[in-house]
Amino acid sequence: MSRVGRNIHVSVDRLRQLAHRDARPRKISADAGTCPKCDSHYSADEMHRNLRVCPACGHHFAVTARERLEQLGEPGGYVELWPELRAADPLQFTDLKPYTERIADAEKSTGLGEAIVCAELEVRHVPAVAAIMDFSYMGGSMGAVVGEKLARACDHAAQKGLPLIVVAASGGARMQEGTLALMQMAKTVIALDALAEARVPVVVVLAHPTTGGVWASFASLGDITYAEPGALIAFSGPRVIEETTREVLPSDFGRAERQLENGQVDAVVDRRELAERIGRVLHILRRPELEGPGAAGSPALQWAQGGAQRAAGAVQSLPRKVMDRIRPGSPDGEDPE
Amino acid sequence: MSERGGGRFVRKVAEKVRRAPEAGDDDLWESVQLARHAERPYTLDYITRMCSDFEEVHGDRLYGDDHAMVAGFGRFHDRPVAFIGQQKGRDTNERTFRNFGMAGPEGYRKAMRVMEIANRLGIPVVTLIDTPGAFPGASAEERGQGGAISRSIQMMWRLDVPTVAVIIGEGSSGGALGLGVADRVLMLENSTYSVISPEGASAILWRDASKARQAAQAFKPTAANCYRWGVVDAVVPEPDGGAHTDHEQAAEILDQYIYRALTDLGAMPPVERRRARRERFRKLGPLRDPEGGMGIATGRETPPPG
Repeated sequence: MSRVGRNIHVSVDRLRQLAHRDARPRKISADAGTCPKCDSHYSADEMHRNLRVCPACGHHFAVTARERLEQLGEPGGYVELWPELRAADPLQFTDLKPYTERIADAEKSTGLGEAIVCAELEVRHVPAVAAIMDFSYMGGSMGAVVGEKLARACDHAAQKGLPLIVVAASGGARMQEGTLALMQMAKTVIALDALAEARVPVVVVLAHPTTGGVWASFASLGDITYAEPGALIAFSGPRVIEETTREVLPSDFGRAERQLENGQVDAVVDRRELAERIGRVLHILRRPELEGPGAAGSPALQWAQGGAQRAAGAVQSLPRKVMDRIRPGSPDGEDPE
Repeated sequence: MSERGGGRFVRKVAEKVRRAPEAGDDDLWESVQLARHAERPYTLDYITRMCSDFEEVHGDRLYGDDHAMVAGFGRFHDRPVAFIGQQKGRDTNERTFRNFGMAGPEGYRKAMRVMEIANRLGIPVVTLIDTPGAFPGASAEERGQGGAISRSIQMMWRLDVPTVAVIIGEGSSGGALGLGVADRVLMLENSTYSVISPEGASAILWRDASKARQAAQAFKPTAANCYRWGVVDAVVPEPDGGAHTDHEQAAEILDQYIYRALTDLGAMPPVERRRARRERFRKLGPLRDPEGGMGIATGRETPPPG
């Protein structure tokens, strides 16, 4: 959608909201509030409908993993994978409070078993495996469970021949799991190669923030990498840099728009266009001959298969033509005839 | 080189490690201090002693040369071996020149360049890790610090040749792991390997920069613990009092360990090596046992062997 188109979309939404303002009793909800960027008020319902993007100024709020799944796939139309995995406490770690307590609190406040939710879903009719991080669970930090679930998601996607969608939102490795958390960077990077072997693509979406060991491992290895507007994307955060080097950083340091200019991401994509954009690129990269029987009925696959059948003759003869042209002694190219 | 002394000494120090697998708080902080001792041998101190000849290469062919990262090809036991490692400096000038052993993206790209050559020529890769972390700077971020580290990890995992990584001093954060994905990971007795430096952790978790000692105790980043967690495959003993007391002997012991590891790995078919490498890292990180509470489901319970 063009910039103009997006604005129209927002305006319509606002108008509808304004029209219903008096007719409807105002619901008091924890999610209702004021945008920190533009001070406009919104209701919980409006916020939900607008995918947690401020309808007035486009500020992107944090999204929980489950809500993200509903935004990307069909509502409720995903199958969660390995929800039972939980963190151990290998170091018996205590900082200001014990790690076990932090885990219990995080589970209670978020309703999640860990900082990542993996699922099978369809994005705009393209079946895929998704691994979605949730910043509200201990800052989306990567410990052994996040590493393991991500690695399993890679294996699962590779086995089924499905593309992987990763949404990163993380402060980095989980300090409370110490050196073993660091090792998850290696585990996840290695696991990604299962997808390379299966020749299926990885789309990475960088949400706010993607920093530290998550940015320095799987999050920076997407085949296609999108960033949400305003997302901080950095190995070292601004505070650490300012403290270590005494540099004065620009206000947009490490932000998605800047990282696009730096060549670190492929595009900055508004969340309201994200599912469409992911669906589109997965559709472009789709290779029907690799897909499993589970996807056989979907209209997108039928279209793709039809396309493949139409193109079959050309596809099959192409390598031979190419081979003939490059074979030594071949008349093509050497003989002016 | 393996004949010159060392053997009896190695056993003696290994015994010491075995006897004290549960380092107390004081020992732990002492370990952290020793790992960063100003006289501790650095990457080039080891390379020059272990190799009969060494050709250092410079530059990543993209942007510049990172002096915090040393890479090149050495003659090790009459065979070619690629050596890569972060380099710290001893005096103020040298420290600045080496950027305190904090490499930027150019450093990791130089490392990858050497790995690629080594892989193509069938030369084993040895990395020596000694860094407080990758360089935190705006310029490093703009040139892709995160992607440089992740790709270095990826390249190390993809190598067909035998690989050995050694934590020789301070191994902190992704900057250390960028050189740490190897068939065998060794760790010097008084070195540390952690997700973050004690000072960094102190500032973030305790919101107080003076809690480094407490942070070190919480992270327990010692060689014995890393061995117990399965993060490293062997603890390399140091001369009595620490590696800084005798660079020659420290290098000689490390030489033996690396030689032994490369010999073992050289006997494995490349496919098997890579499979084992994948397994090695895949199993790291215990999950909660649904039956047994918060216990450790994987990792070693025994102290390191001699």
